[in-house]
Amino acid sequence: MVLRDKVVTLAHGGGGKAMRDLIAEVFTAVFQPPGSEDQARLMDEALREPGARLAFTTDSFVVTPLEFPGGDIGKIAVCGTVNDLVVGGARPLWLSAAFIIEEGCPVDTLRRVVASMAEEAAKAGVRIVTGDTKVVERGKGDGVFVTTSGIGVIPPGREIGAVQVRPGDVVLVNGVLGDHGATILAARGDLALSSDIQSDCAGLGHLMEAALAAAPGIRAARDCTRGGLASTLNEIAGEAGVAIELDETALPLRDEVRGVCEILGLDPLYLANEGRLALFCPADQAEAALAAMRALPEGMGAVAVGRVLAAPAGRVTMRTPFGGSRIVDMLVGEQLPRIC
Amino acid sequence: MKFASEFRDPVAARALLTAIAAKVDAIGATKAKPLHLMEICGGHTHSIFRYGLDKLIHEGIEFIHGPGCPVCVLPMARVDECVEIAERPGVIFTTFGDAMRVPGHRKSLMQAKADGADIRMVYSPLDALELARRNPGREVVFFGLGFETTTPSTALSIQQAAREGLTNFSVFCNHITVPEPIKALLDDPDMVLDGFIGPGHVSMVIGVHPYDFIARDYGKPLVVAGFEPTDLLQSVLMLVTQIAEGRAEVENQYARVVPEHGNPVSIAAIADVYERRPSFEWRGLGEIDASGLRIRPKYQAFDAEEKFGIGYATGRRNVPEIEGCACGSVMMGKLKPTGCPQFGKGCTPEMPLGALMVSSEGACAAYWQYGGARVAAE
Amino acid sequence: MCLGIPGRITAITDPARLMAMAEVSGVRREVNVACVAGNDLDALVSQWALIHVGFAMSLIDEDEAAKTLEALRDLGEAQETLEQMALSQEALA
Repeated sequence: MVLRDKVVTLAHGGGGKAMRDLIAEVFTAVFQPPGSEDQARLMDEALREPGARLAFTTDSFVVTPLEFPGGDIGKIAVCGTVNDLVVGGARPLWLSAAFIIEEGCPVDTLRRVVASMAEEAAKAGVRIVTGDTKVVERGKGDGVFVTTSGIGVIPPGREIGAVQVRPGDVVLVNGVLGDHGATILAARGDLALSSDIQSDCAGLGHLMEAALAAAPGIRAARDCTRGGLASTLNEIAGEAGVAIELDETALPLRDEVRGVCEILGLDPLYLANEGRLALFCPADQAEAALAAMRALPEGMGAVAVGRVLAAPAGRVTMRTPFGGSRIVDMLVGEQLPRIC
Repeated sequence: MKFASEFRDPVAARALLTAIAAKVDAIGATKAKPLHLMEICGGHTHSIFRYGLDKLIHEGIEFIHGPGCPVCVLPMARVDECVEIAERPGVIFTTFGDAMRVPGHRKSLMQAKADGADIRMVYSPLDALELARRNPGREVVFFGLGFETTTPSTALSIQQAAREGLTNFSVFCNHITVPEPIKALLDDPDMVLDGFIGPGHVSMVIGVHPYDFIARDYGKPLVVAGFEPTDLLQSVLMLVTQIAEGRAEVENQYARVVPEHGNPVSIAAIADVYERRPSFEWRGLGEIDASGLRIRPKYQAFDAEEKFGIGYATGRRNVPEIEGCACGSVMMGKLKPTGCPQFGKGCTPEMPLGALMVSSEGACAAYWQYGGARVAAE
Repeated sequence: MCLGIPGRITAITDPARLMAMAEVSGVRREVNVACVAGNDLDALVSQWALIHVGFAMSLIDEDEAAKTLEALRDLGEAQETLEQMALSQEALA
């Protein structure tokens, strides 16, 4: 160990020895990229298969607080990008990770973030093969910002996407909704709420492969992150030119999440998730897909929540327990706690 | 969820809907000639749309969405004043989330925050008080907003601040009261209302008697209602029963929360800290006599209007509202949200023009969000 | 207007400032109990109150809640009978 500093300073971004030590000890020692070049040279058997296609995605991660029950920014940064690949039918293989670190960020915090990235990457079967760090002055960042890009391979013949969705398809989710959003609201502390909820943050590669094996007809999948299930379904309905009808009584919600929503006047349909996806599946394969998902920890709470209708295109509605129905629209801005 | 989910029972709801339909038929109300029932409170408007009750109920009942959303009726001039306070150096401006997006002439609080003002969303005035304790070098201002339900919370917070001798805490008081605007609505010659669903949580503070004049002087029934779907439906049933029997009384459906005489501690705290303003401006309704509260001189040190020399402290203002906005007529039940020429054109949730498009409790925003508007347009 | 939700008071946290812990569906928040406090603060523990912006505003009257529910249950039973009658008539028709 050469790195003795407790906190990151501008020197760690200066290009000299301090920076080299930080990168060597905190990052590359853990991620173990395949070479010392600033460029990863990649080969995988999956690429040789005729008809295989590359999938490529990128995402930036900012979260306050950096560490919260059930995860931290590193875990989200790996799972988020892995899940972006997975819902398109790709098998994730490689990630890049770029860090913008605020001066004063404790080195131990960074080590924990990096450790959880390595752990999630191992679980997902991806390698973090290249990366970058920059240090910004105190006050110009929020601890750490992480950007990950990911490359995966879509096996030949696999066609998954919103345009495949057909009327009659069933909408499945892999578990209770809104845990992540509710956890972050409580963890921020400014609302002085406490509970035992944990973020649902999880990589969904194995879940998706299991579902596809059991229900090869799966048409589309989308991870329900910012804006929650409501926003995801609105996107799909718009892209596929179909209507989606949710059944309110079928929505899986934890009591605590309902509690946070009742206290703050929020709608759980719009709360963020980091380990939930909506899966569109032909009705005759829905049970098989559900059974396959339920066999995995990240799919234990899988249920059907709605179905696809032909019209009106782009519209998401929800049947209420009383037989009424209401439109579930896109959110205009951020959901704000309300008193009235 | 105890004391909430039991009141969301679909079987009971269907039974209530059947019973309401029978009464409405007996009265002879129809879609062409409906009973106009006003739910005063924005929370009730929200429940009606959230559970789709407007579509399930007999078509001989038309809900008129009342002025009971404090964010919606906040005039632009007051938002301007909030922004002015928030932009003063050294100020931490604290507010409920609802008020962040309300447009002012220059900007909303959300925009002021983006421009660098220290504006923080809090859940409770207690959180603002705690910020004041932790930041003795800063001026912490709480945006006191709301009807009688919320008024005790700021009154008690001011009393607590006085006890602790905090000198860096103040409240920008915009508290308003329910009975006065209802009286203004009832005095309007074009008024078409047949009965009122009374605000449950306001009533848990003030009790049921402040509405007596509605039944006694104007001959209209009022039922104080809870916020769960069967609460609302039961209240409608109680109202149509009164109408069918030719009665006009104040009844209490929400007795599990609302004591007849309200909450004495809350009433005493309000009386200790606040006094009535001669009049207060409502967005869409104009100035209404004695409808707003201000902080009494003995608590002047906690009055942001006095501390910053802003608002009514500087004398009577005359700030024009936006032209072409029909919020006033919608609130009086003369116009449906979709009947406003600006609805969905000059006025959307992204760029709200009028009060009722601002908060998710506003009638127009609720229409928009839950799709009544676009369904009607198709 | 005026979002409020029933919560159970689980402990008195600061008697001098009349603060208590309230719980709504497993979510905890410290609330002020000035409006509902009698002479004996400890008597509040395990009672249900309507919570609004961090204040316990009104104790929930469990008898009144039971009465309202009973009325709903009676209506609901009548409704179920009606619906079953309608169903059996359909079956016979």
